[in-house]
Amino acid sequence: MSSVDLIEIRVSEDVVRVRHRTRELAVQAGMSLIDQTKLVTAASELARNTLEYGGGGTARFERPVSGLKKGVRITFEDSGPGIADVAQAMQDGFTSGSGMGLGLPGAKRLVNEFDIQSKPGQGTRVTITRWK
Amino acid sequence: MERIPILKMGDCLLVTIQVEMHDRIAMALQDDLTDKISKLGVRGVLIDISALEIVDSFIGRMLANIASMARVLDANVVVTGMQPAVAITLVELGLSLAGVRTALNVERGMALLRAMNPSLVEDLDDVDELDDVER
Repeated sequence: MSSVDLIEIRVSEDVVRVRHRTRELAVQAGMSLIDQTKLVTAASELARNTLEYGGGGTARFERPVSGLKKGVRITFEDSGPGIADVAQAMQDGFTSGSGMGLGLPGAKRLVNEFDIQSKPGQGTRVTITRWK
Repeated sequence: MERIPILKMGDCLLVTIQVEMHDRIAMALQDDLTDKISKLGVRGVLIDISALEIVDSFIGRMLANIASMARVLDANVVVTGMQPAVAITLVELGLSLAGVRTALNVERGMALLRAMNPSLVEDLDDVDELDDVER
């Protein structure tokens, strides 16, 4: 059982809105300050990727429950150019053409579950979950 | 556009980040600071981030950029007040803030800047808000 909401990511202020919503849900799930900070930071990285590399997209928020565990799940989706080599993009130190890393391995370390689907020309979808 | 104020204090610039850092504000701060360092010939810059709830790779890179640019312009930068949860997250994210000097709070940050350049901050009463004076 989980409720759903959505934030459109079009400008850099939207990345801030994603951070705020993530923080709210992390607090509601009863996460510690450190866990909140990790999740919000991961969300910030991925929201920026959606904006900068995906040309904008959406962040969808869910509150999954598993037994007694509460969590926060966020799915970032864009219809941008996609990533040619996902395995390579998940390696530390990989940088895009502009010389900036995508921050994917870093974001992955900050959450409990991380899933990425991407194909050239078909956009990218990244789903992260952090459990309390 | 919204901008982060930069205060001049003796031979130092003082910045406290109290607003939510979206990327364009961060870029503007980087530009404003390097501009002021070069125009005013200050020798030290203190950036207090105690109000920042997260530092992600973009903000981290901005802090590192400011430190490098300042070094080229013969000024030292100290970043103060990072929250413990932010520090833990930053390390896990894989950012080491290489080349950025840090201090626990503003007081220690000022002491560090002074130790790096003894001529700094002789007149603590001389605080001007540059944005008001210059613009």
